[in-house]
Amino acid sequence: MDLLQYDFMRRALLAALLVGLVAPAVGTFIVQRRLALLGDGIGHVALTGVALGFLTGTAPTLTAVIVAVGGAIAIELVRERGRTSGDVALALLFYGGIAGGVLLIGLAPGGSNATLLGYLFGSVSSVSAEDVWVVAGLASAVLIIVAAFGRELFVLCQDEEVARSYGLPVRMLSLLIAVTAALTVVVAMRVVGLLLVSALMVVPVAASQQIARGFRTTMFLAMAIGVVSAVGGLQVAAGQDNVAPGAAIVLIALAAFVVALVFGRFVRRSRTTDTTGAKA
Amino acid sequence: MSGALRTGTPVFRMTGGRVSLDTREVLRGVDLTVEPGEVVAVLGPNGSGKSTLVRSLLGLVPLTAGSVELYGVPPRRFRDWKRVGYVPQRLTAGGGVPATIREVVASGRIARQKRLRPASAADRAAVDRALRAVSLADRAGDPVHALSGGQQQRVLIARALAGEPDVYVMDEPTAGVDAATQQALAGTLRTLAAEGRTVVLVAHELGPLASVITRAVVVTDGLITQDGPPSIAAAVQEHCHPHADEDVRVPLSGWKPTP
Repeated sequence: MDLLQYDFMRRALLAALLVGLVAPAVGTFIVQRRLALLGDGIGHVALTGVALGFLTGTAPTLTAVIVAVGGAIAIELVRERGRTSGDVALALLFYGGIAGGVLLIGLAPGGSNATLLGYLFGSVSSVSAEDVWVVAGLASAVLIIVAAFGRELFVLCQDEEVARSYGLPVRMLSLLIAVTAALTVVVAMRVVGLLLVSALMVVPVAASQQIARGFRTTMFLAMAIGVVSAVGGLQVAAGQDNVAPGAAIVLIALAAFVVALVFGRFVRRSRTTDTTGAKA
Repeated sequence: MSGALRTGTPVFRMTGGRVSLDTREVLRGVDLTVEPGEVVAVLGPNGSGKSTLVRSLLGLVPLTAGSVELYGVPPRRFRDWKRVGYVPQRLTAGGGVPATIREVVASGRIARQKRLRPASAADRAAVDRALRAVSLADRAGDPVHALSGGQQQRVLIARALAGEPDVYVMDEPTAGVDAATQQALAGTLRTLAAEGRTVVLVAHELGPLASVITRAVVVTDGLITQDGPPSIAAAVQEHCHPHADEDVRVPLSGWKPTP
């Protein structure tokens, strides 16, 4: 691949690969918990973190992690308290996050809304070597969490009451999912942008669940779809000057969903005829 | 028979238990003690609070007054959860991520597993036994959401069986389940009772389970109004459903109880 001769492209590909791998892994649990919009909420809150970084002269990725984790914990605690006001609370965080980000970036020396655009829509070609290390570190952390707590998270996402009846630390696990989602949002921020982060957590899972029969296979297939979309989208964007990588990645994932939807219908239909045929 | 034997710690002991949900008082002062080895049916009309009662025994619904003990310990401080197997009313769909029958049943081992430790041979053997006990071994790889209500109920029971607990708490295991599955459940319960396990189950109508239970508790409007031998259940059933015994005379299905 001649693209790999450029350093910035190598970094971008690595970042995309990690994001494609990690976002759907966390997304599988989030979708099963009916929290598909959680990633969006955290993404909006993370924008305040980014602006805070510019204002204080700290690395925006670092401040984004801190604010995103804080926001994720806040969302989870609100969700746990009231059932009816959960979506309103989420909405409040959405708007607070965007407004806070825009306000703070205006106060930052030399900052403007244009500074935020790279974070809102991603700017994978400007990923620095340092960024790649941060992304790799966060991605590893997320994968380790999923591997270590996957069994418990599966039970939690199936049925919270049953999880409690097994003596599982329900609140700790719920916060763990929220925090892991926040880390994922920051990992994906540079590649697809905060406004599209959630798409990579949700769309590959939505595609995968049309075809897969088990939870584990859904997750692995979603991760495969995520990697193919992320790397493929980056390739497409690299070949065309005017194509934004983030948008290309998400549109490829959506195309995968449509294919999976049609394919899944077909597979299910043949499966039902199979079983009825066998029993008749 | 009605828990009069005072040998050792009772499995459950609720004293003056009260529960309020959304300002409505669902349990209004319940005293209930369940001894090891009892098979207790909690009966009552819809909305009487019987489901809330069994869930509050496990601490899943917090008491607003009174106390409950699980093997002598309040649920909040209870640590030995591998002794408890809870069968909820139904399988939740959640966000629709598929799960295979085997994945769901295997999750019943969670209280016996250590974090970071892969499933052991004992785990796999217990899951296999549970799947065979409900006759779903040959469908282990199928997604649970494609199953009928009765089959999903069997999956939930298998999940509890896989954990090999000492006490089973089942919330309406016979609701929406065909007669053959009810017969099969009765067989499974008979095996559990013979092994000395404790069972507390909620039922709207007992059907074939009537021959298995050792004690019946009737909940009416948040209070225990009757507590005694299984024979009182028959009276309650007769009262609620005059023809309850007509449609359950079905021969034993393929769901054979295996020890």
